[in-house]
Amino acid sequence: MNLNYLFDPAHWNLEDGSIPLLILSHLWYVVLALIIGTIIALPIGLYIGHTGRGSFLAINAGNAGRSLPTLGLLMLMVTLLGLGLTPVLIALTVLVIPPILTSAYAGMRSLDPRVVDAARGMGMRPWQVLTKVELPMALPVLISGFRSAALQVVATATVAAAVGLNGLGRLLIDGLAVNDYSRVLAGAIVVAVLAVLLDLVLALAQRWIVSPGLR
Amino acid sequence: MITFDDVVKVYPGGSTAVDHLSLELPTGKTTVFVGPSGCGKTTSLRMINRMIQPTSGRILIDGKDVAGQDEAELRRGIGYVIQHAGLFPHRTVLDNVATVPMLLGKSRREARAVAAELLERVGLATEFASRYPAQLSGGQQQRVGVARALAADPPVMLMDEPFSAVDPVVREGLHREFLRLQKDLGKTIAMVTHDIDEAIKLGDVVVIFRQGGHLAQVGTPQELLEHPADEFVAEFVGRDRGVRSLSFDSAADLPVRPLPADLVLDDAGRPAGWSTGESTGGTFTVADSLRLVTDLAISSPVGIAVRVDDHGKADGVVPHHDLVDHLAARRGRK
Ligand SMILES: Nc1ncnc2c1ncn2[C@@H]1O[C@H](COP(=O)(O)OP(=O)(O)O)[C@@H](O)[C@H]1O
Ligand SMILES: [Mg+2]
Repeated sequence: MNLNYLFDPAHWNLEDGSIPLLILSHLWYVVLALIIGTIIALPIGLYIGHTGRGSFLAINAGNAGRSLPTLGLLMLMVTLLGLGLTPVLIALTVLVIPPILTSAYAGMRSLDPRVVDAARGMGMRPWQVLTKVELPMALPVLISGFRSAALQVVATATVAAAVGLNGLGRLLIDGLAVNDYSRVLAGAIVVAVLAVLLDLVLALAQRWIVSPGLR
Repeated sequence: MITFDDVVKVYPGGSTAVDHLSLELPTGKTTVFVGPSGCGKTTSLRMINRMIQPTSGRILIDGKDVAGQDEAELRRGIGYVIQHAGLFPHRTVLDNVATVPMLLGKSRREARAVAAELLERVGLATEFASRYPAQLSGGQQQRVGVARALAADPPVMLMDEPFSAVDPVVREGLHREFLRLQKDLGKTIAMVTHDIDEAIKLGDVVVIFRQGGHLAQVGTPQELLEHPADEFVAEFVGRDRGVRSLSFDSAADLPVRPLPADLVLDDAGRPAGWSTGESTGGTFTVADSLRLVTDLAISSPVGIAVRVDDHGKADGVVPHHDLVDHLAARRGRK
């Protein structure tokens, strides 16, 4: 096992199957899954946290999500829907939903009810209370949930290659198929670095959008 | 004027928090709701700005039923201060105070200008403006809470235990500040407290509630201390209500004696102690209350309270036996 594959300049040009293009396709799956997952999970989590109705759902979503095998789910989806991007996105989105749902719920539950009371008492309308007070205050918890979702999906998006799509999983699967362990290692390292970089970017974003008053 | 017209609040589950309350809160005055915990003070207060809906009855502000008004708009016209201030932790002090002016459509610039002015009014230095609430002490937070409620210059203010969460020394300062502000502003204020001393100190009118949301008595602090309606009120205002009612009597008509020879004066004629070496322990002027004089006479080592004029020059003394005679005569007059 060695790093030859990773440092071979030929694998860093912009031709089909090169590392940069695999990174791009990998990120594309990650971003899509995060966007779809957030669109689904955030409103539900906020609603449950705001009203307290259906709390058991939010609390158990986390555990259920962790125990669902993504590869198994992907195979099931492929059987049902055939090959393509859709089954991959469904499997990854299912992975993303629990941490975002749970953190949106926890973020809303952690709000100081006196502050919310003051906001209403000063004459904010419900939408203003949500956007000007509740969301900004819940932001630190929300973002930490988003970060853990992002980390998980970066690592797991390698499954896309198992059903013929691209992404960094290609390096792992193709490498294993021809016993090219240098390629497998390159894949593992790039995924790990990507995860660290993404988390770093999100951490910076967090510093930037969360009010210093909440630190 | 705020009018409670036969207001009832029964919470789901059947507990009656407010029971047929009819009451008028005079314009430009501070009305304090006081009573033991759970007697319906907060519920009554929060029905004024519709944070709680009455089960029956009406509440009117200057003759207008609050029930017919848009909730958010009604509340923007009513200052709201709560215990622990409830400041927005993610906004600076300045932006906390600018909140309502901005809700009312002022530009950020205008709103911040108003906010800066108000912070000064409540005694906070400009350096606090850019801080976040977590960087302030409890007393400072409470000042910001008051400034925030005043920012849109609302005619009516609701204050729920605004000074309960701070220590006694800080509270004392906030009380002084409150009285000074209210003298300038003349808002129509409804305030809740569980502390009868605070109610007597800050209220123009004091409303005493008893368990079950019933009115026990309404009156000026002096009326409540001197003529409690029943055993409950007498007990609630405290056993020392006699002494406390002296706060409302002026020392102006208290007869004084000439300065005795053993009172030592400094060059400016100010009292410097007794010839025995003991301190005078404080002085009073004609503007002070009988309570202060009584206190001075009791705590003085020689049993004599010393009066001074506006310049601090000693101009007479009151021995405690004279004070006792005066109190006896006062009792006869009442
Ligand atoms: N949201 C509520 N639901 C049910 N009961 C309540 C609620 N709020 C207050 N109560 C009850 O109503 C009574 C009056 O409460 P409150 O107005 O808060 O009293 P106070 O402010 O005088 O301490 C209490 O017995 C309290 O338990
Ligand atoms: Mg209360």
